[in-house]
Amino acid sequence: MKRLGFLTVYWRDMLRFVRFKTLLISSLVQPALWLAFFGIAMAANFDRLAGSVPTIPGVPVVSYLTYMAAGVIAMTTLFTSLFGGIVLLFDKNWGLMREIMASPLPRDHIIFGIALSGMTKSFIQAVIIMVFGIIMGAEFFLGYSAGQVVLSVLGILLFVGIFSLGFLFLSAAISISLESPEGLQGIITLLTMPIFFASNALYPVNAFPPLLQTISVVNPLTHLVNGIRYYAIGNDFQSIGIHYFANNTEIAFSLSVLVIFAAIMFVVAYWRFQKAVVT
Amino acid sequence: MEDVNIIEVEGLVHRYDDFLAVDNISFSVYEGEIFSFLGPNGAGKSTAINVLTTLLHIQEGRAVVAGHDVAKDPSKVRESIGIVFQEVTLDRDMTCREILEFHGRLYCMPRGERRQRIDELLALVQLETKRDTFTKHLSGGMKRRLEIARGLMTRPKVLFLDEPTIGLDPQTRLKMWDYIKAVNEEGTTIFLTTHYMDEADRLSDRISIIDHGRIITTGKAYELKNKLGKDLIYLETSDNTTTRAILETVESVKDIRDKGRGLVLLVNADGTRLLPRIMEMLGRHGIILETVNLKKPSMDDVFVHFTGRELRDGGAVNTASAVARGGSRR
Repeated sequence: MKRLGFLTVYWRDMLRFVRFKTLLISSLVQPALWLAFFGIAMAANFDRLAGSVPTIPGVPVVSYLTYMAAGVIAMTTLFTSLFGGIVLLFDKNWGLMREIMASPLPRDHIIFGIALSGMTKSFIQAVIIMVFGIIMGAEFFLGYSAGQVVLSVLGILLFVGIFSLGFLFLSAAISISLESPEGLQGIITLLTMPIFFASNALYPVNAFPPLLQTISVVNPLTHLVNGIRYYAIGNDFQSIGIHYFANNTEIAFSLSVLVIFAAIMFVVAYWRFQKAVVT
Repeated sequence: MEDVNIIEVEGLVHRYDDFLAVDNISFSVYEGEIFSFLGPNGAGKSTAINVLTTLLHIQEGRAVVAGHDVAKDPSKVRESIGIVFQEVTLDRDMTCREILEFHGRLYCMPRGERRQRIDELLALVQLETKRDTFTKHLSGGMKRRLEIARGLMTRPKVLFLDEPTIGLDPQTRLKMWDYIKAVNEEGTTIFLTTHYMDEADRLSDRISIIDHGRIITTGKAYELKNKLGKDLIYLETSDNTTTRAILETVESVKDIRDKGRGLVLLVNADGTRLLPRIMEMLGRHGIILETVNLKKPSMDDVFVHFTGRELRDGGAVNTASAVARGGSRR
């Protein structure tokens, strides 16, 4: 029974997620809006520019909307996960954290519970963006059989899940160490900028200066986007005049980076939670 | 009732950096009683409770709660106790039932037992009609009752109540005391902290007066009051110095203290009979009595007697609490 204690934390966080209709709806509508406005506006520009770039013969061409839809899934996962731990901070100041800390529940179960509910939210969002993206014209799963589509969706969710765990652990670690939600907001803004823009979510990294390229290589977001594109678009395509080719080793490498990142973040969170005193 | 210790504390010391919040206290709580820590804000009550409930690591000394050492076996301690915190710790957006359900799940109570216990407790604290109401719509008293119900979910051996009636109106406080007594009568030992004299007096079997992190005295309310004598007589006279000299020779006057513009006499005899004698003696010395007051010692008097100061929101008290709050943040 005790080994399932994290389900209590999970249950309660999901209860809140479903209960706050505004939070629920805005978290679902927001990525759709990204796709609708930024996606279409940028797609019009990029596709026009791409028209002047010679295409590589024999490689399927993918529209910019398709290209960036994968990035929007990744970006949404990043934001949702980074904010996933904020409930801990509210609980610490005004809610149930003292009760939880005074209970026999092992502290790593708090981390697991919050991570699991954050991961669930990211799954829901990822699926919604995929559906909405396809409706808007993103060419996901083009020419896939039904079985291949199912496998690809599972592959995307695997990447999304592990990536979100890493950032949820980080978010939980920051939240339990801080005193005020304002502080968390500041730190998250500080983190999202480089993670988001030094990645391949919205544009290719090939033209980056060397330093930025290095950052993009160790950036977990880049590896999440690699995984999503691999499963949603394919392992050999071109977009905005750049040839994307990924073999299985590269995808396995990207997955490994995410696993290692999540593992490190868990250790950090575990350490912060063992040290945390809430009175 | 034979006194069996359910809490034993020896030489407990707790510091926040260089602020000594709890200064070497030792005490026992008997099984089945209501035991109070009475003292001003910042006296170290909450710190002591936080150590006993394992929210703070014990720094020095030894504490055993419900048969388990807080240092060696904190999770066993946690399973045996219930806590009602000083501040409201409810999720505004959960219903009363969900609050209790969450607690039951946290402690791994089986589903059937959980459901049954929720029904029992909502009835006990008379919140049956609020079962599916969000806690943000509850009054202050209802929130407190819900928190008490939560503290009792797992049938703890000891229920810790940190300032259970702080911020409640007088009527609600009286009702709260009834709930606390009812819980105690069902067999739960209660450890409460309070800075309200009347609360400690009316509610507890035994009281420890705590100030500046130290226990100053412990006993049943009437024992503490008896230490002050049978009655208190307050006098304002034309010549307090002479009055003091005269009355110091009276055998049944245990102690004389200055208070404001007058003197307080702690007397061992029946004050109503002693007072005419005193007035006569003073009259013989030509001292004019301006004010006379006779009363039974209250907990306020007990507190002033043992700590040498009033338990009002005076300057000293506020400074002490500010230091303690600053310390507890770290």
